[in-house]
Amino acid sequence: MTELRWNPDICAACETVDCLEKCQYVRYSPEQARGERDRLIRGEETAILTDCVTCYACEEYCPHHNHPFYLIVERQEELGIHPVPKPIEKSQVLMMGPKGRIVPEAVRTPVINLCYFPMMKGAIRGRLLGDASVIVGSDIFCNLMFLHFARNSTIRERLPQMIRNIMTHYLTPGGVDELVCYHDECYGTYTSWAPAFGIDVPFRPVHFFDFLNRRLEALAGQIKPLGLKAAYQRPCSNRLCPETDAWVDAIFEKIGVERTEREFDHGNALCCGGVMEAQQRFELAESNRERNIADMKASGATMAVFNCPFCFFTLAEKAAQAGLMPVMMSDLCHMALGD
Amino acid sequence: MNDIHDELVRIVGAAYVSRAEEELYLYGRDQGVQPPGRPDYVVLPATTEEVRRIVLLAGENGVPVVPMGGGLVLSGLTVPLKGGIVLDMKRMNRILEVNELSHYCVVEAGTTQGALQAYLARRHPALKHSVPDAPPVATIAGNVAIHGSGHLSQSEGGFHSEMVTGLEVVLPTGEVCRLGSCSTVDKWFSRAPLPDLAGLFLGWNGTTGVITKVGMKLFPSFPLKDVLMFMTEDIDAVPEVISRIVSTEMGEDITFFVTPKPAYFDGFQMTNVHIVARTPREMKLRQALVRESVQPYLDRKEAGFLPLPAHMKVNLLAAPQKSLSEFADIRKGGGFEYVGSIMPVESIPGAYRAGLGIAARNGVTYSMGARVVGRGHAVMFYYAFPFNRADEAELQSVRHALEAANRAALDLGGIPWKTEVAGQRMILARMDPATVALMERLRALLDPNGIMNPGNWEVAP
Amino acid sequence: MRHEELLHRCFRCGWCKMPLNYADFNCPSYLQYRFESFTAGGRMWLIRAWQKGEIQAGERLAQILFTCVTCKNCVQTCAMPGIREQLVDIFMAAKGELVEQGLVPPSIRDYLKAMQTHGNPYKRPDAERARWAEGLDLPRYSGQAYLFYVGDEGAFDELGIGMARSVARLLGQAGVDFGILGEAETSDGNDVRAAGEEGLARALAETLTAKLNDLGVKKVVTLSPHAFNIMKTDYPAWGGAFTVEHWTQVVARRVRALAPAETALKVAFHDPCYLGRWQGEYEAPRALLRAVPGLTLLEMPRNRQNALCCGGGGGNFFTDILGHGGDQAARVRVREAAETGAAVLVVACPLCLKMLDDAVKAEGLDDRLAVRDLATLLLAMR
Repeated sequence: MTELRWNPDICAACETVDCLEKCQYVRYSPEQARGERDRLIRGEETAILTDCVTCYACEEYCPHHNHPFYLIVERQEELGIHPVPKPIEKSQVLMMGPKGRIVPEAVRTPVINLCYFPMMKGAIRGRLLGDASVIVGSDIFCNLMFLHFARNSTIRERLPQMIRNIMTHYLTPGGVDELVCYHDECYGTYTSWAPAFGIDVPFRPVHFFDFLNRRLEALAGQIKPLGLKAAYQRPCSNRLCPETDAWVDAIFEKIGVERTEREFDHGNALCCGGVMEAQQRFELAESNRERNIADMKASGATMAVFNCPFCFFTLAEKAAQAGLMPVMMSDLCHMALGD
Repeated sequence: MNDIHDELVRIVGAAYVSRAEEELYLYGRDQGVQPPGRPDYVVLPATTEEVRRIVLLAGENGVPVVPMGGGLVLSGLTVPLKGGIVLDMKRMNRILEVNELSHYCVVEAGTTQGALQAYLARRHPALKHSVPDAPPVATIAGNVAIHGSGHLSQSEGGFHSEMVTGLEVVLPTGEVCRLGSCSTVDKWFSRAPLPDLAGLFLGWNGTTGVITKVGMKLFPSFPLKDVLMFMTEDIDAVPEVISRIVSTEMGEDITFFVTPKPAYFDGFQMTNVHIVARTPREMKLRQALVRESVQPYLDRKEAGFLPLPAHMKVNLLAAPQKSLSEFADIRKGGGFEYVGSIMPVESIPGAYRAGLGIAARNGVTYSMGARVVGRGHAVMFYYAFPFNRADEAELQSVRHALEAANRAALDLGGIPWKTEVAGQRMILARMDPATVALMERLRALLDPNGIMNPGNWEVAP
Repeated sequence: MRHEELLHRCFRCGWCKMPLNYADFNCPSYLQYRFESFTAGGRMWLIRAWQKGEIQAGERLAQILFTCVTCKNCVQTCAMPGIREQLVDIFMAAKGELVEQGLVPPSIRDYLKAMQTHGNPYKRPDAERARWAEGLDLPRYSGQAYLFYVGDEGAFDELGIGMARSVARLLGQAGVDFGILGEAETSDGNDVRAAGEEGLARALAETLTAKLNDLGVKKVVTLSPHAFNIMKTDYPAWGGAFTVEHWTQVVARRVRALAPAETALKVAFHDPCYLGRWQGEYEAPRALLRAVPGLTLLEMPRNRQNALCCGGGGGNFFTDILGHGGDQAARVRVREAAETGAAVLVVACPLCLKMLDDAVKAEGLDDRLAVRDLATLLLAMR
């Protein structure tokens, strides 16, 4: 059985409790935060377990990489605390479960893992990505979304099979040892969650933006700089791999886009609100969206650039209404190449 | 019989009378599982006067007349049980009037739901009518005649028959009669304050006359619309959920459904609340009030609003919902029939359980659900069973399931809606004898020759 | 029969009668006849009844099936995925069965016979196929970038000839390098197939394909959307080694070369079924119209996917099997066009041109509405 590799002594000795003190969604005094921390360590019921909006940010805030968010999710599940109403949780477990409909397909490098976003297939095209093999669907789905549902158990149960599917049906026969993860959630799964739970990852996960960056470098002569100002929506799953945020700047530089300075970017990024809707925190979701879009607008951006398709689905319409053209990073790069 | 044919040709023209095998075959059956009949003629009248002459001819010769609109009732109500003339009314499709200020329209009986919807959208975008979830070729008159309901039934006053402001009918004896304000003044605004005779033609399955014109209420059309889907996993909670949401008066259409497929819906109950508004601010307020109405369920994490992807919302907000027709292909066999039953809200859990039992016992798959009619005054609860038309055994199973569902509806305090002849007899058997006698007397009075859709609403076969 | 396994899956829910926006009945044969039998759903059930022996094929069934003008409105609007895509193919297959059994309405029989013996429905010798181009000084195809294919209507129909000449001039003005086949042209087979004669269609297609392959044709531009359809969709499988475009597509890409003059004209555009619903091209002709400065493009309530067919498909153009009267699709269509306030109804298909031109006369709308093919209109704007 895979257990969370987490060191209680580090937490106990932590002076700053950044995980809770930096949280954008709770306002605990230092004393309260330490109390919360202690009860979390002891596995007792405590406020953060119901207050948590599951934005992943504390994974980034913890200076010790001691997985405070994964711990919160563990505790929620142990204590039967459901961030999302039970029928919705159960229905999502059924909806996103493996369908066993894998169609083995010959792949060759590069292989792009589109997670469970079949509707994004159109993004893998053109000079930039046209040569890539694509894998997608419920049978290779990382399942990391269940962090929002207090269900580490579901990820534990499904992830090993997903990894086997990826290897058996695609990478091994194709002689490929790298997997480009279109969605941060997959990259975070393989570089953060899996190691934290002692699950072996037999391939090398590559962040999509790293890959894009290298591709753009190779096509440098064909790029027509866009000369645009864009606001970037940093997704929750990027909190699991904050080191990759710099690729955004590198990509923007290559295609002539300026990442506007704004309040809700980088470490202070705001949740798109999609998960908050599932948690029935409608007002919070709405105010997050409004503040976020207003901030994008005020930053002088004409575009809202997305990394995560789910953020895109949640915010695109609102962004467009505010006069910001919503676009996925991959499409933005295609634009710069005129594809 | 040639005389009748020739006379029909004289009335409507040769192009619009058929006694060809092809038309007799097609007009002898509908999409459901009721056994086929066989008309002698199919006739397509274009005017009230033509209808009047056809009915007179039929009366003189004792030939049955079966009026038909879209022919989508599924339960055989337009299948000619005793031969005769099927009157396909869809050539009478003129939209005669839209009153922008008094919010009503007057249409010929064969006007389709779709045509009225498109006409209003183009010429009177501030107004709409209540659209049933039938395909857009369903007719206005056919739908009001069967006490249909639709996407404004919850918010705007009930069954579509209740939205009727006036009728023009051809009586079985050939008189053309106007009912409602249009009988007295040249306006179609209301059935009150006159003796309400429209009821003689609503719910009677075409046994009392032929509706040729309908005046119907229109309602404001709002620019913004959204849908919330509330998910529970306790059928016994559904009546209270519906009652709470209805009581906010913030929802336009409120429906509920259960389905074994897709699997992620199996075992849950989904209550859909359509919300319309003029401004984003109004929309937010309405949404908030609906959500607050079920706050105790949210607090207990027992139920919640499912975040819906945009494409699903588009699907759910469509009126009519095209995806409902796809249900007919669940068994890869082009058919479904349902027992709609009109029942009180509190009967939903019992109806649901009965439906599960009936489906299991008859080995058929199902979909069940309900639409709230009026401010929670009733629901139209449906048991829908898809079938493979090419599989006779499956048709038989569905027939049995429908019969059981009719019985269950009555046992639960509901009444089967637009039901086939067998269901009508079940209702009559439980009806107050004095009521049955009154119905018989009225029919004998209106239709002395017994020509109108015979076989329907009859106590004895 | 082909697709027999799909017949019982039609629910006959009636979505097939309407366009996506429900504007009005949109199936030309249903508009005309108004019996349920003359709808896609009615046909599905009757074909099934016929295949099961519940009804016998006769004159009426033949009339019901052959009045399907293959406009694909039903394919666009049918609610059943998995069935809807095949609807028109099912009707063509059923027509084929009737052809095999010799149960063909006389006008269709005459049409097919003319195609068989003369190679065109006009019963004219192939030697006359080049007459449309007289005086235009067009080169015979000899390795130009495009072959311009005009088909039977472009070669023999009076209005079609005018349109072919206009398109040829327009192609020239747009700087398109093309040649023609002249008397060497043969029929493309699209409409005989739609009338149920698949064998003949195939034979015609193979003859034409072989000819074009021998000439080394790489790109074809067609006058008619009907030819465009069969050449684009079916010829590759039958050996065609060339790509095919409709003339509006080729010219739309070179629209700047035309530099049309300013006009205050108000026009409506009628989407041809074989360009629109069959091939998904709705924008090329509109792009050409929008390129005319000052021109107002008015859309009819039924446009693009929802367009009401002129009734000219399925061989009806040559056979008139659909019949006449106020409910004739073409007449309904020109009334709809006139209601928009447009002075000109613009078409991009030689069949639509004649059908709608006749309908304007029949409706007595000549003083309000002119029917023009798009090429002729554009030439007049210079």
